[in-house]
Amino acid sequence: MDEQAGTSVESVFREERGRLLASLVRRFGDLDLAEEVTSDAIEAALVHWPVDGVPAKPGAWLLTTARRKAVDRLRRDQAYAARLAVLQVDVDRADPAPPHADGELPDERLQLFFTCSHPALAEDDRIALTLRCLGGLTTPEVARAFLVPPATMAQRIVRAKKKIRQARIPFRTPSIDELPERLPGVLQVIYSVFTEGYAASSGPDLQRVDLAVEAIRLARILRGLLPDQREISGLLALMLLVHARRDTRTDSSGGIVLLEDQDRECWDRSMIEEGSDLVVVALTGGAPGPYGVQAAIAALHDEATDVESTDWPQICALYGVLLTLTPSPVVAVNRAVAVAMRDGAAVGLAALDALSEEPKLADYHPYHLARGELLARLGRTDAAVSAYQRALNVVGSEPERAFLERRLAETTPDRE
Amino acid sequence: MKYMLLIYTAPGGDTEPQCTFEDWQLYDKEMKDAGVWVSGDALADLSTTTTVRVSQSGEKTVTDGPFAETREILGGYDVIDVPDLDAALAWAARCPGARDGGSVEVRPLAGFGD
Repeated sequence: MDEQAGTSVESVFREERGRLLASLVRRFGDLDLAEEVTSDAIEAALVHWPVDGVPAKPGAWLLTTARRKAVDRLRRDQAYAARLAVLQVDVDRADPAPPHADGELPDERLQLFFTCSHPALAEDDRIALTLRCLGGLTTPEVARAFLVPPATMAQRIVRAKKKIRQARIPFRTPSIDELPERLPGVLQVIYSVFTEGYAASSGPDLQRVDLAVEAIRLARILRGLLPDQREISGLLALMLLVHARRDTRTDSSGGIVLLEDQDRECWDRSMIEEGSDLVVVALTGGAPGPYGVQAAIAALHDEATDVESTDWPQICALYGVLLTLTPSPVVAVNRAVAVAMRDGAAVGLAALDALSEEPKLADYHPYHLARGELLARLGRTDAAVSAYQRALNVVGSEPERAFLERRLAETTPDRE
Repeated sequence: MKYMLLIYTAPGGDTEPQCTFEDWQLYDKEMKDAGVWVSGDALADLSTTTTVRVSQSGEKTVTDGPFAETREILGGYDVIDVPDLDAALAWAARCPGARDGGSVEVRPLAGFGD
């Protein structure tokens, strides 16, 4: 296959895989079977398309092929077919399949989003399943993304699929009155993928750009499917506005560069523009949601020409709103850091010290790092050193460790 | 699809307001009216429990009390027949036993034998 054909086939698969899988799960009510025949159909496409050319309706071609493979498999395995038939009767009775015109695939990925993020599944399983089914990552790729052995990830995915099948987690879109309860879970899964991409929880690299990009792609799909849900716009805005700084967050050797030292000329302007527009969407027409507020904070950072001219009072106010929406010690830490920028290090430090009893912050290295920074700024070197040391004890990735060690080294020479 | 709702009550000594008898009556009636109720009952007081074990050699041991001391106590169960887990979870959420620090465990019955 020549390179161009290869690229176009790949992009077709990327676009169509989730859609195809969703459609097949909907039809057969079985994620395993759907995955298997999706792979079969893509394999068949890899054989035929380079020779015959990419068909006019690649999605329909793949669906027809996959359905044929599914029927073949069900013929081979009668017991399996009988069990599926029982499931299928119920599914049809509950929700007859919508007719669809001239081979166009109905987009059933929304159901797949809600199935993969069902609260009855363990949180890690939800992330794995979403990446596998909607992101189209292979099991070894998902394993690599989360730095676990492929066998562990395979087990996790098998376990999740088994629960979906045996406990009969339905493949459906929640009704409008259920959405407020279920949508945050879907958004959380996407955001978890992003945050792992933004700051890897362990390993040699600070960022996993592939994961961040995948999270943004998933949020775009979800927004297309549920355009009226403003928190999806908020989440997409947040991720774009943060991801816009990706190239300046590390130096040429992979070391951390703080916000105040980043070359703002190199921030991704088109992402910032798109993100800022989405913030307006997210915050217009009703009470703000937590992602919209966080996106607004990110937008204020991105739009400032430097740290000094950043609108810290506004950022502090937004963190105050965020705290009422999602009271959490981590948000309180961020607010305290913003307060330090607005009112000075001593006031910020007092706000941080007020959180010292929070058990969740004991192992949260950014808390100890923030204390270290403010203590150092106030000239309290000994206290700063011990705060940096506490942060070092619980730090995640290698670049974060290196950054802390550098800070510690910079602080120590001042000691008597 | 049949699901068993295992209703656990909060640990003893909890003085928070508990559901009334009428709440339970209403819940039972709602399940029956909806046609999802298969079977169910409340269990007698935990102090009436006796546990039986049989060893590999066939020796029988009878002891007072439940098998394991847990913080929550199994107080009753219902078996319902609904299309999927979401429907079962919705019924579990309406159960008075899910409130006041209690919880309801939802387990599908292994109907297909796999």
